[in-house]
Amino acid sequence: MKRGRVLVDGIAREATAAGEQVCLEGGRLLAETEITWLPPIVPRTAFAIGLNYADHAKELAFKPPTEPLVFLKGPNTFCGHRGTTPRPADVTFMHYECELAVVIGRTARQVLEAEALDYVAGYTVANDYAFRDYLENYYRPNLRVKSRDRATPLGPWLIDRADIADPMNLEILTTVNGTVTQRGSTRDMIFGVPWLIAFLSGFLTLSPGDLILTGTPEGLADVRPGDEVITEVEGVGRLVNTIVADEER
Amino acid sequence: MAALNRATSLAALGGALHRAPYQRPPEAPVLHLKPANTWSGPGDPIPCPPGVSGLRMGGTLGLAIGRTARRVAVADALSHVAGYAICNDVSIPYESHYRPAIKERCRDGFCPIGPVVPADGVGDPDRLEVAIEIDGVVRSRTTGSDLVRGAARLLAEVSRFITFEPGDLLLLGEPHDAPVAQPGDLVRVVIPGVGTLENPVR
Repeated sequence: MKRGRVLVDGIAREATAAGEQVCLEGGRLLAETEITWLPPIVPRTAFAIGLNYADHAKELAFKPPTEPLVFLKGPNTFCGHRGTTPRPADVTFMHYECELAVVIGRTARQVLEAEALDYVAGYTVANDYAFRDYLENYYRPNLRVKSRDRATPLGPWLIDRADIADPMNLEILTTVNGTVTQRGSTRDMIFGVPWLIAFLSGFLTLSPGDLILTGTPEGLADVRPGDEVITEVEGVGRLVNTIVADEER
Repeated sequence: MAALNRATSLAALGGALHRAPYQRPPEAPVLHLKPANTWSGPGDPIPCPPGVSGLRMGGTLGLAIGRTARRVAVADALSHVAGYAICNDVSIPYESHYRPAIKERCRDGFCPIGPVVPADGVGDPDRLEVAIEIDGVVRSRTTGSDLVRGAARLLAEVSRFITFEPGDLLLLGEPHDAPVAQPGDLVRVVIPGVGTLENPVR
């Protein structure tokens, strides 16, 4: 089952996928062009994992971590499929990060790694944009880099856990204007999805609607206004986003 | 939630601000988030994790946002604040500010909040005195005088990249001398004109 949220005539509605169409609660079918996509869930707490692929950690000149780098993202940063993400005029390096996103389905406290996937509602795709000019070495990666307005596209759909046989063996692919720039597999995560759920639930309570962005492999590139960035996780979704110039003062 | 928002906190780091891993003093506001699992109310126990001897009591004023604040001017910033809240940004004591302190700051029950009072009549939030008491003894007393960024400037600068919505809270930041409390202690954060937030550490 693919579930999502869309805006129709200015009203937020629950929806499911019906082939290429969007089916609203109540059965009304709409074309993608008739709706505006919202993130498929309203995240409660959004956790993100940094440097979780050995290759990306190498690319960023860090040693692979022995414990995951965890940071949080605010509710302001999420936007839906086919949304736009602003690039500030003073930024020289803004890059996408294609990530498998895990949505928690029930309260998880000190769960075992072997049982961790039982606590998952489903999966979606996140594009965890970073604005590297704003990196500072305090609580890094700081919110100005990672929690900017509309800088974390999420979607299009939430895919039920039962529909993904193995979340640890999914291809990750990013294209910019149709050219493949990032390619990897979730099997190369340093800390896998069950491990992360067990780890986080070991010191805090995870609740339904909590979101875990699991990190990105190598292949990061600068993107500019007008670029169409498509982040795709095999079987989970293909998330389209367009960069726009941030011209608002 | 602002961090390192006290001149005294930066001064205490001293030359370390210019060395690895920090390299240079912070430019933008230093921030962290208190997620939903940390939120609790007056009277709720603050759980001290097993093996931890004491918790820092980061009593601070919180700005309760009343209308959408996006890229607001300093002069106009406080008109977006509907009320003021007493908050306690609890943490397991730690030294390094390099990485997000999730394990130290984001445990269940680590952010008691309340009471919240309407902004009208409170006056200049930077003049409010925040006292942190443990078992009836005042252990820290500060005003906004050593804030790196006062309420209006902090909200204005953060709203450059984060849009605040009604219901959001922006915490000005714990004092540099935030005291450590042990299980069994009763902690009160007192802000005259706003109220008292009392929680037992368990």
